[in-house]
Amino acid sequence: MTSVRLIAAALALVPTLAVSDEAQIVRGQYLVTIAGCNDCHTPMVAGENGPERDMTRMLSGHPEQLVMPPLAVRPDSPWETVTSTTFTAWSGPWGVSFTANLTPDPDTGLGRWTLKNFKDTIRTGRHLGRGREILPPMPIPMYRHFTDEDLEAIFAYLQSIPAVKNRVPEPLPPPAALAAQ
Amino acid sequence: MHAACGPMEARTAIAALGLAAALAAGAALAEAALEPLPASAATFTPQYPLWSDGATKRRWISLPEGAAIDGSRPAAWEFPVGTKLRKEFSVGARRVETRTIEHLADGSWQFRAYVWNDAQDAATLAPAAGTIVTLADGTRYRIPSQDDCRACHEGGAAPVLGFNALQLSPDRDPLAPHAEPPRPGDLDLRALAASGKLAAFPRELIETPPRIVAPTPAGRAALGYLHANCGHCHADPKFTNGAVPVELQLAIDPTDPRSAEGVLQTLLTSESRYRPAGAADARLIVPGNAQAGTLPARMRSRDPRIQMPPLGTAKPDLTAIALIARWIHEDLKTPEETSP
Ligand code: HEC
Repeated sequence: MTSVRLIAAALALVPTLAVSDEAQIVRGQYLVTIAGCNDCHTPMVAGENGPERDMTRMLSGHPEQLVMPPLAVRPDSPWETVTSTTFTAWSGPWGVSFTANLTPDPDTGLGRWTLKNFKDTIRTGRHLGRGREILPPMPIPMYRHFTDEDLEAIFAYLQSIPAVKNRVPEPLPPPAALAAQ
Repeated sequence: MHAACGPMEARTAIAALGLAAALAAGAALAEAALEPLPASAATFTPQYPLWSDGATKRRWISLPEGAAIDGSRPAAWEFPVGTKLRKEFSVGARRVETRTIEHLADGSWQFRAYVWNDAQDAATLAPAAGTIVTLADGTRYRIPSQDDCRACHEGGAAPVLGFNALQLSPDRDPLAPHAEPPRPGDLDLRALAASGKLAAFPRELIETPPRIVAPTPAGRAALGYLHANCGHCHADPKFTNGAVPVELQLAIDPTDPRSAEGVLQTLLTSESRYRPAGAADARLIVPGNAQAGTLPARMRSRDPRIQMPPLGTAKPDLTAIALIARWIHEDLKTPEETSP
């Protein structure tokens, strides 16, 4: 009798869990939307009414097919940062950075990341919290203030979106480093 | 009540204020000064030292009275609350910094760096964000941030990296790059066990101390170097949740004789996620060709976007690069040779 009641209670819990997961993902989607992740991580394309985000490649980062020439910024110019028409390649004093694939593709996106890897990345500004420093314009100095709960929701949402296979290129060195080569 | 205040009183007041400020600053300084370790602290010298751009290092550990390390997981020792470690870095004759690790009462770990003054008689706490010290020859020496400390120390199986069964093994590797001979009085695995400060550690590993099982001496040294310099991030996920999710695993489990073979497998078969611009070949190492492969390339690079390890070093380790090259070139059979 008791065990039956226990099972019933356990079963009753299941939908609650599912709902709260769903709620977390919805909140993550909301945060990703208003924090502007798509602005840089979803490529822009020419649409019927002008440039628009290519949601078939949502949050998949700089398209690997789009090979950019090394540098667009002249050191003596007051214009410092230049971006590609896709808004996914950024040239500045740090060199050229390409926005990352945030979809759950295991080989080219965040598919193998754990929540801890994601939190460590955003909090420390290093790839996986342990590797190289993440380059501008990724707004690490602002995003590191996300609460744990927010980062958990963002990560839950990112892991729930369609995986896109897109191998983003490595960043290119800044003009000074290039000149020294 | 006197509305006016004479120049004398004003001067006294200013002096008093100055004194208060000086006292406050003094108090803050005292708080931030590096404290001496208890007299019971022991020195140790790991057999595979971490490359720190050629700095000379001295290391100490202090274990609390009446407590021991739990060695029941031989590759992931658990240190008692109150454990303190120190590592002093010198460049030439100058002591530059001392890094400290402390296991606090709440169970967390504290990582700090202290910078030595010009007089070399005191060291003060470095800012949490790290700092740059300019050495006499103009070299800019980077003191790590506390995040940097965590980046390495919280990735591996244990937050203490240089004090473990393999590093303290008396069966020392004569080919280990930059190996320092143990100093008199150094704590090694046997001395530690004899002191009663290592509990539940397998007795076989005291009798036959850990040693990397590799087909050649250069292979043993190469794998030892990669273990000590890379294995805390390229760690076995079964020991850590902070490890990087890459296939390449370089940490050796001293209790598992097949561990080195496993590491070699990941080196030969996993693909590098990192691809140099325009390169299609993502192999980490190419047996027989030390010029190819992303592992040697990233060891040679000190471009911060490319280099490995990603932090703690600004100069390539030429000795280790030569060892790894020799190993890849001479000891690792080429795929052609292994196939019948
Ligand atoms: C202003 C542009 C911009 C915005 C907005 C932005 N990013 Fe980024 N992000 C970048 C760039 C550029 C990189 C690549 C930097 C590099 O390669 O060092 C990056 C890298 C990352 C990485 C690191 C991936 C890795 O492999 O280390 C993560 C994770 C990330 N972004 C997540 C987000 C999330 C989540 C948001 C929204 C909350 C966001 N980004 C918003 C530009 C942006």
